[in-house]
Amino acid sequence: MTFEQSLARLEQIASALDRDDLPLEDALKLFEEGITRLREASAALADAEGKVKTLLEQADGVFGAKE
Amino acid sequence: MSHPGSTAAEAISVLDLTTAAKEMLEGGIPKLWVRGEVTGLKVYPSGHWYFAIKDADSSISAVVWKGATFKIPARPKDGDQVTAFGQLTVYPARGSMQFTVTQMLADGEGLWQRQFDETKRKLEADGLLDPARKRVLPRFPRTVAVITSSEGAALRDVIAVIQRRHAGVHVMIIPALVQGEGAPESICAALEKLARWAVSDRAAAGIPVPEVLIIGRGGGSREDLWAFNHESVARAIAACPIPTISAVGHETDVTIADLVADLRAATPSVAAEHAVPVLDELREHVGKLAGIMADGLQDRCEVGRRDLQRRAEGLSKRAQLVSERRRSRAERVAQRLMQLAPRAAERRRALVARLGAALEAKSPLQVFARGFSVARDDAGATLTTLSAFVSGKQFELLVKDGRVLATTNSVHADAPHLRTDA
Repeated sequence: MTFEQSLARLEQIASALDRDDLPLEDALKLFEEGITRLREASAALADAEGKVKTLLEQADGVFGAKE
Repeated sequence: MSHPGSTAAEAISVLDLTTAAKEMLEGGIPKLWVRGEVTGLKVYPSGHWYFAIKDADSSISAVVWKGATFKIPARPKDGDQVTAFGQLTVYPARGSMQFTVTQMLADGEGLWQRQFDETKRKLEADGLLDPARKRVLPRFPRTVAVITSSEGAALRDVIAVIQRRHAGVHVMIIPALVQGEGAPESICAALEKLARWAVSDRAAAGIPVPEVLIIGRGGGSREDLWAFNHESVARAIAACPIPTISAVGHETDVTIADLVADLRAATPSVAAEHAVPVLDELREHVGKLAGIMADGLQDRCEVGRRDLQRRAEGLSKRAQLVSERRRSRAERVAQRLMQLAPRAAERRRALVARLGAALEAKSPLQVFARGFSVARDDAGATLTTLSAFVSGKQFELLVKDGRVLATTNSVHADAPHLRTDA
């Protein structure tokens, strides 16, 4: 799952859990899934260093990059 | 006084004459603006434009060399009133005077506007300006592609803003000429390169394919920005496989590219703000979601607990009820049993009495009492049939109160005492 998908699912789960009419068993299941998504999303937000490069297209159609 | 060509013997060549005329014209009349009407415009395969500028009483041949045409937004049409900037010169091959135009305006701003409107109309007809075409920008792109000049301030601004907001986002630059001759072609080539990379879906040097494009440049004159009004650029932006943010010039500059892009940003910096979320805000958002989830589950558990408690209470009440019911039933049974017991005893007593009576009725003593007697031989066996009685033989007769010794005189087979019809 991409960060975007994880977060969207997380938002769904949070809003579902925010309601009281959910059967408890479903709520637990959702919560469990939510924890997984939360881990994914948090990992994606961990400190990472974005690169700034210039796109290079090689003759064989393969793409590379240079500083 | 003698000068070249003053005598037949000193005649000069045609080339010398036209060259002298050219030098004189160019030296004597500076580059200037001329106002007149365009007529007889022809575009040669070479790309040069030939026409004449005239007014009521005069006319001058004019040319726009191919290299200068890109500075003129739209080709003028015959009859257009234009103001052209250029140099009066001599075209040696024909020995004719010619005005070499490098800039042109029609009715002030008319030409630019006309071209803008015309391109807009074409794109509109093809549905490329339809608001329904506008794509939603990704909320969290991992890579942002930037098409702009590799030298411009726009690129520096975009990179600075992206890194300030979210240092984890990659920036892939696809440089392009953004002004001057060849700019539209260069921008289109960059867009096509980006499209090829994006659809290949393969990371380049560890950078994942971009999910959003920022295309534009910093501020400049209208001429400088004109490449972004080019129809081919607009179509290439419309065809871009990923959502696009245009940022051309300043807030007041609106180009065709802006109309086609999924989002128009006032400046490159603003475009970068639209493209990339702030990392800290994202973390906060995720944290909030975690909190909502945890609270939600806790609340849900609390609701469940209360529900369970309610049910348990209900259950214990019901159990009590059931045991009460059961108890009262046992009581009823016991009561009934109690009621039934004496009656049963009575019945049993009556039964015993009845059985006693029956037994008594069957008792041989009772039979004797009713006048019957039993005959027995001397061995004590009961004589019940005729054949048991032998004439002249003694037998014993038992009666109610004693024994009688008797002798059989005769036996007779008829038995009138047994007949029921008597």
